[in-house]
Amino acid sequence: MERGVTQQRNRIHPHKFTLWVGIGSIVMMFAGLTSAYIVKRNQANWISYDLPLAFWYSTAVIVLSSITVHLASKSFKERAMARYRKLMLGTLLLGVLFIILQVIGFQTLWSKGITLQANVSFSFLYVIVGLHALHVIGGVVALIVMALNSFSKKTRIYSTVPVELISTYWHFVDLLWIYLLFFLLMIK
Amino acid sequence: MSTASLHETTHHADHADAHHGHHKETFITKYVFSQDHKTIAKQFLVTGIIWAIIGGLFSVIFRLQLGYPDATFPWLEDFLGHWAKGGKLNPEFYYALVTMHGTILVFFVLTAGLSGTFANFLIPLQIGARDMASPMLNMLSYWFFFLASVIMMASLFVQTGPASGGWTIYPPLSALGDASMGSKIGMDLWLVSMAMFIVSSLLGGLNYITTILNMRTKGMSMTRMPLTIWALFFTAVLGVLSFPVLLSGAILLLFDRNLGTSFFLSDIVVAGKVLPNEGGSAILFQHLFWFLGHPEVYIILLPAMGMASEILSVNSRKPIFGYMAMVGSLFAITILAFLVWAHHMFVTGLNPFLGSVFVLLTLLIAVPSAIKVFNWLTTLWKGNIRFTPAMLFAIGFVSLFISGGLTGIFLGNSALDIHLHDTYFVIAHFHIVMGVASFFGMFAGVYHWYPKMFGRYLNNTLAYIHFWVTIIGSYLIFWPMHYEGLAGMPRRYYDFSNWESFKMFGGLNEFISLIAMLVFAVQLLFVFNFFYSIWKGRKVTTLNPWAANTLEWTTPIRPGHGNWEGDIPEVHRWPYDYAKDGIDHIAQDVPVGAGESKH
Repeated sequence: MERGVTQQRNRIHPHKFTLWVGIGSIVMMFAGLTSAYIVKRNQANWISYDLPLAFWYSTAVIVLSSITVHLASKSFKERAMARYRKLMLGTLLLGVLFIILQVIGFQTLWSKGITLQANVSFSFLYVIVGLHALHVIGGVVALIVMALNSFSKKTRIYSTVPVELISTYWHFVDLLWIYLLFFLLMIK
Repeated sequence: MSTASLHETTHHADHADAHHGHHKETFITKYVFSQDHKTIAKQFLVTGIIWAIIGGLFSVIFRLQLGYPDATFPWLEDFLGHWAKGGKLNPEFYYALVTMHGTILVFFVLTAGLSGTFANFLIPLQIGARDMASPMLNMLSYWFFFLASVIMMASLFVQTGPASGGWTIYPPLSALGDASMGSKIGMDLWLVSMAMFIVSSLLGGLNYITTILNMRTKGMSMTRMPLTIWALFFTAVLGVLSFPVLLSGAILLLFDRNLGTSFFLSDIVVAGKVLPNEGGSAILFQHLFWFLGHPEVYIILLPAMGMASEILSVNSRKPIFGYMAMVGSLFAITILAFLVWAHHMFVTGLNPFLGSVFVLLTLLIAVPSAIKVFNWLTTLWKGNIRFTPAMLFAIGFVSLFISGGLTGIFLGNSALDIHLHDTYFVIAHFHIVMGVASFFGMFAGVYHWYPKMFGRYLNNTLAYIHFWVTIIGSYLIFWPMHYEGLAGMPRRYYDFSNWESFKMFGGLNEFISLIAMLVFAVQLLFVFNFFYSIWKGRKVTTLNPWAANTLEWTTPIRPGHGNWEGDIPEVHRWPYDYAKDGIDHIAQDVPVGAGESKH
């Protein structure tokens, strides 16, 4: 087995690098959407709206989850597996809570008449925030796998790559949300 | 995700000599769900060839209509059923054919078929890696492409026909199901298929970039990489950064189609009925589309540029002229590719000041393009040229790139574009510079690397016939279109015989159609040569049939999964040491000698 490893020169772990390039790709998608939003914003028929309170709570939740995933990754490296398990489960729960709060936020908007079809500005809000939520759901699925794995004996094999991957991705969706929140606040 | 791929790479390294036959690979894992980059490359190539035949056939059918608007072809009805009642092509179906021809050739053949094949095949072989960074993602990339292909193929057989609003799928035709026949389920299938296609191309691109940056063998610094790899690298960067924007446009379009939003729709009346959609902008879609659409042109072109550079150098027995200038111009083209999209939209009501900025940026592309052409010509200059089929196609590529590039200077001018937009001049321009030129790059690549792919040679006589008929035929098809376009003949029309001003082109159109059929027939000759030679071609007996310097020729004639039987060779020099110090060629893995001069 060693033959391939010693010969194959790996600078940074390929999966980590792939994730970074993938993040660049996701950034481009949101850059596309938010620029379309700016273009549309300056045309007729734009109606401003206020973001629901639930979106603010969800912001606090995802920031907190970013901290827990960071601590989880740190605990994993220190081989403090009990703490790692707790923090990973905590992150997962916070992730789920984020999604729930987003749904509540959408329900509040909908009840105020800010529906998907009523106006282009609302449509944009639903698509942009919805797509971000999909990316968070993807992260939650990965977190479920990680949380389940944390109870199996296999995690005692020391590889930090999966933990670092999920941690990087999770920080990314967190930052992306903060960007989107500020974007939607500033340009409305 | 886990470290699986690293372990897999290792695992396969142990089985590097798998082709000797003592391995446990089944037919399914070896030929169908293979994770070997070389097999995946061949899967992309064969799928691309099948699509090219279909896409090419479509153009022959609509050329029949354009060349013989008054004739009927009863056999067409046997073949196309109600789309050609009485042997006359239905106008709705004509639009479907034009749309599918564009979609198939741009995305399925010249993106997936070209990048998918050669990025997969050449990246690990030329940088000295046993496989891609993630063989699993690589396999998924092909199977998403396959899925996209199946869905697109299915759309050809639905009652209302495939998408027919043009390959650029502008709303409102693409956003309203009632707008035309092709706006119905055919359009939905088109969008779903393209979503799969984008996933495939992103998975591929992520892998290509990661592999090139992280998996190079010892000594293979970035500046020692063959130009093919540089070109494939920039292609992948373009794809990873521009396809997501198309995806966002497609998502908005899906919402407009199915969920009643109005991103791209406003003030529309269909069949006397006013639609409720308010506040959208169709132009917004064009911005999102062309932000991908223009880089897409270079996604198609750059791999051909890279392969032509490599093949021109190998067959001139001379180092490539201006290696760093070649890399720099590829980089410049990549950057500019993102800054010129609005030149597709000069006549959409774009602010003329903004238009003039895009004119400037567009014309700037002439600079790196001219550098490349200059370097190709100086590489050929006083070379000891071997006119192999690959070399002829590479030279043909340069010729087409010059001819088609020059008309780009006309079209890049927003003032001239008022007259020339949407005419046959545009068709002539992009077919020569992007379509046919990239096909030439692809053919050059296939002829050059076929011995590495299949351990056999293609038949040379058939190859020469293929080349000469194709190059002369392509010019005969597209050159006259410049004149038609200058005279104002619009593209995408079903029948020109009703216009007094275009009647005089009847004979010319017939001529173009005849040549198009001939050229298509010769492509079938190539397809025959390709498949026949896999089993019956002359066997390759030497490791390095073209006496090239790059690493792929240090592998066994038929490399197994893992590519090298022993250690991966170490690299000591750039790949273009031809005719150096009186030696014909020095491969990249040869250490630098004591008294050797610098290149």
